[in-house]
Amino acid sequence: MGQEDEILGKAYDSKLMKRLLSYVKPYKKYVVLAIFLNIIVAALGPVRPYLTMIAIDDYIAAKDYEGLLMISAILVASLILQAIIQYVLTYYTQYMGQKIIYDLRIKIFSHVQKLALKYFDKTPIGRIVTRVTNDVEALDDLFSSGIVMVFSDVFIIFWIFIFMFIMDWDLSLVTLSVLPVLIYATFRFRKKVRDAYRDVRFHLARLNSYMQEHITGMNVVQTFTKEQEELEQFNGINSDHRTAHIHSVFYYAIFFPTVELLSSIAIALIIWYGGGEVVSGFMTVGVLFAFIQYTEMFFRPIRDLSEKYNIMQTAMASSERIFKLLDNDTRVQNPENPEVLQDVKGEIEFKNVWFAYNPGDYVLKDISFKIKPGETVAIVGATGAGKTSIINLFTRFYDIEKGGIFIDGQNIKDVDKHELRKHISTVLQDVFLFSGTIKSNINLDNDKITDEMAVEAAKTVGAHKFISELPHQYDEEVKEKGATLSVGQKQLISFARALAYNPQILILDEATSSIDTETETLIQHAIEKLLVGRTSIVIAHRLSTIQNADKIIVMHKGEIREVGTHQELLAEKGIYYKLYQLQYKDQEMTIKG
Amino acid sequence: MNSLSALNKYFVRYKKELAAGVLFILLSNSSQVFIPLLMRDSIDSLKENVNYSEIIKYALMIVGTAAFSGYFRFLIRMKMNVVSRKIEYDLRTDFWAHIQKLPLRYFQNNSIGNIMAHATNDINAIRMYVGPAVMYSIDTSTKFIFILAMILMISPSLTLFSLLPLPFLSYMVFRLSKRIHQKFTFIQEKFSELTTFAQESFSGIRVIKSYVREAKQIDDFKKLSDEYLARNMDKIKIQALFMPILFLITGVSVIVVIWYGGSLVINGVLTIGEILAFTAYLSLLIFPVIALGWVMNLVQQSSASMKRLNRILDEPYEINDSKDTKYSKNTVSGTIVFKNVSFKYKENLPDVLKNINLEIPKGSTVAFVGHTGVGKSSLINLIPRFYDVTEGQILIDGFDVKEIPLSVLRRNIGLVQQETFLFSDTLRNNILYGLNAENDSVVKKAAEIARLDKDVESFPNGYETILGERGITLSGGQKQRSCLARALAIDPKILILDDSFSAVDTHTEEEILVKLREFMKGRTSIIISHRISTVKDADRIFVLDEGIVVEQGNHEELVANGKIYADLHYRQLLEEELKELS
Ligand SMILES: Nc1ncnc2c1ncn2[C@@H]1O[C@H](COP(=O)(O)OP(=O)(O)OP(=O)(O)O)[C@@H](O)[C@H]1O
Ligand SMILES: Nc1ncnc2c1ncn2[C@@H]1O[C@H](COP(=O)(O)OP(=O)(O)OP(=O)(O)O)[C@@H](O)[C@H]1O
Ligand SMILES: [Mg+2]
Repeated sequence: MGQEDEILGKAYDSKLMKRLLSYVKPYKKYVVLAIFLNIIVAALGPVRPYLTMIAIDDYIAAKDYEGLLMISAILVASLILQAIIQYVLTYYTQYMGQKIIYDLRIKIFSHVQKLALKYFDKTPIGRIVTRVTNDVEALDDLFSSGIVMVFSDVFIIFWIFIFMFIMDWDLSLVTLSVLPVLIYATFRFRKKVRDAYRDVRFHLARLNSYMQEHITGMNVVQTFTKEQEELEQFNGINSDHRTAHIHSVFYYAIFFPTVELLSSIAIALIIWYGGGEVVSGFMTVGVLFAFIQYTEMFFRPIRDLSEKYNIMQTAMASSERIFKLLDNDTRVQNPENPEVLQDVKGEIEFKNVWFAYNPGDYVLKDISFKIKPGETVAIVGATGAGKTSIINLFTRFYDIEKGGIFIDGQNIKDVDKHELRKHISTVLQDVFLFSGTIKSNINLDNDKITDEMAVEAAKTVGAHKFISELPHQYDEEVKEKGATLSVGQKQLISFARALAYNPQILILDEATSSIDTETETLIQHAIEKLLVGRTSIVIAHRLSTIQNADKIIVMHKGEIREVGTHQELLAEKGIYYKLYQLQYKDQEMTIKG
Repeated sequence: MNSLSALNKYFVRYKKELAAGVLFILLSNSSQVFIPLLMRDSIDSLKENVNYSEIIKYALMIVGTAAFSGYFRFLIRMKMNVVSRKIEYDLRTDFWAHIQKLPLRYFQNNSIGNIMAHATNDINAIRMYVGPAVMYSIDTSTKFIFILAMILMISPSLTLFSLLPLPFLSYMVFRLSKRIHQKFTFIQEKFSELTTFAQESFSGIRVIKSYVREAKQIDDFKKLSDEYLARNMDKIKIQALFMPILFLITGVSVIVVIWYGGSLVINGVLTIGEILAFTAYLSLLIFPVIALGWVMNLVQQSSASMKRLNRILDEPYEINDSKDTKYSKNTVSGTIVFKNVSFKYKENLPDVLKNINLEIPKGSTVAFVGHTGVGKSSLINLIPRFYDVTEGQILIDGFDVKEIPLSVLRRNIGLVQQETFLFSDTLRNNILYGLNAENDSVVKKAAEIARLDKDVESFPNGYETILGERGITLSGGQKQRSCLARALAIDPKILILDDSFSAVDTHTEEEILVKLREFMKGRTSIIISHRISTVKDADRIFVLDEGIVVEQGNHEELVANGKIYADLHYRQLLEEELKELS
C-alpha cells in the first residue's frame, strides 16, 4: 500500500461533506428525530446540578425532609428519562450509520466489478479491498457517532452555560476563565496527535503489506533461506511502528494530566472566588456545589473534541479515497443502444488493429486477420510477442487504439460486451481458482450449468479421474488459489469450466501448457466433436498442440509475420519453420537413425 | 486465563519499568485522594468567619496536590504504555520469526487472511492486556482502597448506601461487555469473510469478467453485507444499553448521597462540605469501577487471543535442524540418492510417492516426466525438505538430508517452483533476492542465461522496472524467466526446474538450454517438463506413473523401450512425421 493511503487532509471539506450527506438523504427522518431527541436529552444532564443546588439551599438548609425527598425523586425521574432517550437515540443513529455504509459498500463493490482491467493492472488488490472494507468502516464512526455526538456536545455545553449564567454571572466568568487554556491545550494536542497518528498509520500499513506479501511468498523466502535477512527487515518496520506509537504516548501522557490539573484549577478558582462570596453572603453554598459539578461536566466534551476531530479527519480522508474510486471511470464503454447479437456464427475479423497498454508503447501493430465460422486458428510466437493481448482485445478486456474488431461482421464496439462475452469461453493463461469446491469452480455457481454438465466437462478434459479419487469428489474443498492441487490439475479444472459454459467461440490461451501430452491428445480428440461448427483460437508453444489448426498465425514483436496452414508455413521457411526445426529435428534423427 | 502466562517472560524483561510504574501509581493515587478532603475543609470553613487567606490557602493546596498527582500520572503513562508497546514489538517479532519457520504445509492449509488476522487483531488484543488492563487493574485497586478508607472515615452508613449500586455496576459492565464482545467476534468473523470475498473477487476479476459473473458476484456480496449488517445491529442493540445503564447507576449513587447525606446534614451528623467531598469521591470512583468491568473483559479477550496465538506458536516447525544435524557438513557437492522413499500429504490421504529408488550422480542432468498429478512436484519438493519423506531416506553426498543443516541444504539448491512468485520490487532486486549483495555482474549474467536480457532492453526502466504484485505486468514467459534468473544468481550446486519453460516458446527455450548447459558444468540439475524437446538431452530420464518410477534411461533407450515415454514422444511428433515413419 502506497503513500496514497496515508494522506490525512482537512478535518472538514465542504464539498466532500455535501457528497457524504447525499447518502444520508434516504434517512432524513432519522436525522430529524435524532436532532430533536438530542436537544431534550442534552438538557437533562445539566439540569441535575441545578436541582442539587435547590436541594441544598432550599431544603437541606431549611431542614425540609419532604422537600428533599421530592427533589430526589425528580432527580431520579430525570435520570431515567435521560437513560431511555439516550438508548433510543443511540440505537437509531447507529442503525442509520450502518444502513448508510451498507449502501455505500455495495455501491463501491458494484462499481469496482465494472471497472476495466486496466485499473486492476495498476492497482494493488489490497488497496481496492481496503476501500470496500476499512475505508467504509471509518465512515461508520462519522455517521453513527461523529455527527450526532458533535450535535449533542454542543447542546450540552449550551445548556451548562445557560444554567451557570442563570445561577451566577460573575462566578461563571471566573470558572470559564480556564476555558481558553483548555481549548488551546486541546488544539495543540490534536495537532501533535494527528501527526503522530499519521505516522502510526503509515507504519502500520507498511507492516501489514509486508506481512501480506511475505506470507504469500513464504516458499520463496524459504527456498532462498532468507529468513534471517527478512526478519531483520521486518524488525526494521516493526520498530518504526513501535517508535511511532511511543511518540504518541508522550502526547497523551501530557494531555490528560494537564486537563485534570486544569479542572482542579477551575475548582480552586470556584472555591477562592465563590468562597469569598458565600462568606459575604452574596452566594449560597448550593451554587458553589453546583458549579463544581458543572466543571466536570463541561470538561469532558471539550476534552473529547480532539477525538472527534480525529474521527472527522479519518472519515474525510477515507471518503476522499472512496469518492476517487467511485469517480474513476476506467471502463470499457458499452454502447448506448447495443446492436443485438443474434445467432452467433463465429466469424472473427481484426482489421488494422493497433493497441498499447501504456499510451504510445504499441504492443500490437496493424494486426489484420479473418477467421471463418467453425475454423480453428492457432497463434504462435515468442514470449511477449502479444498473443495474450490479441485475445484480451477480442473479449473487450481492453479497447483498441486504432482499427476494428468484428464478430459476424458486427463491430464489437457496437454490441453489448456482456452479450459478447457470453458467446465466448476463454481458458486464461493464468489459472485462477476460487476457494470453494471443485464443482463451484467449474460452474461458477451458475444455475444454468447442471451437475451433469459439470461432470461431462470434467470428463471431456480428463479431470474426472483424479476428481473421483478425491475423498469428496466434486464437493472436495478447494483452498485459496487451489493450493492442494497439482498445477496441471488446476489447469484442467479451468479448462473444464470453459467447456461447461458451452460457448460458440472457444479460446485456449496456453490451456494445456502444464498438462502432459497424453491427456492433451485425449482432450483434443474429445473436443474435436464439440468444436464442430464452432470457432476456436488456440495459443500454444508446443507445436503438436496446434498441428490440426486450419490456419496458423505467427506473431513476432507485436506484428503478424506469417499466416497459413502448417504445410504452407513450412514451405515458406520462415519463423515457423525455425520453431519447427528446433522442436523436431533431433527427434526425427533419433527415430530415423 | 493461564494462556496469558506465556506473557510472563516479557513482563520479566521489563520488570524495572513496571516496578517504577507501580510506584508512580501509588504516589499519584495517594495524593489525589486528598483533593476532596481539601474541598470539604474549604467549604466547611466558610461557615465561621474565616479570613480570606484561609480560603486562598485551600485553593492553592488543591492546585498543588493536583499538580503533584498529575505529574506522576504523566510518568505512569510514560512507563506503562511504552512498556506495552515494547512488549507488543517483542511479541510480533517472535511471532514473525516463528511464522517464517513453519512448513509449507501450514501455508497451504491456512488462508493468508487468517494468518494476518492473528498478526493484527490478536496481537492487538494482547497489547490491550499488557497495557491498559494491567495498568488499570493496579490503578483501580489501589485507588479503591484509598478512597474507601477516606469515605468510611467520613460516614460509614453513607458509604454503605452510596456504594451499594456500584458492585452492581461492575457486574453489569462485565456482563454487557462480555455479550458485546461475543457479538463483536461474530461481526469480526463476517467482516473477515467479507474481506476474503472481496479479495477473491478482485484477484479473480479476469475469470469473473470472462464468464460474465459480475451480477452473481454482486449478489453474493450483498448477501454477505446483509448478514454483516444484521450482526452489527445485534451488537448495537446491546451496546446502546451500555451508556444509559452506566450513568443511571452512577447517577443513583450520587442522588443517594444527596438525599440520604442531605438528611444526615439536617440531623447535624454531617456537613455540607462532607457531602461535597463524598460526591467528589464518588466521581473519582466511578471510572475505576467501570474500568474494573472493562478490564475483566480485556483479560478474557486477550486470553482468548493468546490461546489462538499460542496455537500458532506451538505449531511444530516439522522441518528443522535436530540433534542429528551434522554441522560439519557445510558444502554440498550434489549426488542425490532416493532410498525407498514414500510420501503422502496427510495421514488419511493415499501415498503420492511409493517406494522410490533412484540415483542422480553429481554433475549430471536428469529429467522427470509423467502425467499431470503423478507426483513430480511432490518429489522434487522433498529434496530441499519442503516436506519430509513419510518413509525411506533421501541422501545427498551420502548424508540424509535431515542431517544436513537446513540452511546449507537450501542455500545450495536453486529451485524454480512451478508457480511463479515475484515480489513487488525492482526486477534487479528480484533477481538478486537470494544473494544478499549488490552485484551487477551477477544480475547481467543470470539474466543473460535466462534470456531475460532481450526483454529488459525493451523495458523503459530496464532492471529498475518495478514489478506489479506477483509480477502482474510481465507476460507469462517473462515471469518464469525472472524466477529462473533468481535461482541462477545464487550459484547453486543443484538446480531444480519444475516445468519452468511451460510459458516459454521453444525457440527461446532452446537458447536458454544451450546457455544452461555451459552453466551447469559440474553441477547437478533436475528438470521436469512435459516437452520432449526439453528433456531429450538429459543424461537420464525418469518416468513417473502413479507415484512409481516405471521407466528410466536416456532418450534413445526409452524410445526403444516402447512404453510411456515412447508414447509421449510419438504424440509430440506431428502427423506427417508419423506418416513418414510408417
Ligand atoms: N497488463 C499489462 N500492462 C502492461 N504491459 C503488459 C501487460 N500485459 C502484458 N504486457 C506487455 O505486453 C507485451 C505482450 O504481452 P503478452 O502477454 O500479450 O505476450 P504473449 O505473447 O502472450 O507472451 P507469453 O507467451 O509469454 O504469454 C509484453 O512485453 C508484456 O510485458
Ligand atoms: N498440498 C497438498 N495437499 C494434498 N494433496 C496435494 C498437495 N499438493 C499436491 N497434492 C496432490 O498430490 C498429487 C501429486 O501432485 P504433484 O503436484 O506432485 O503433481 P505433478 O506431477 O507435479 O503434476 P503437474 O504435472 O500437474 O505439475 C496430486 O494428486 C495432487 O492433487
Ligand atoms: Mg507439478
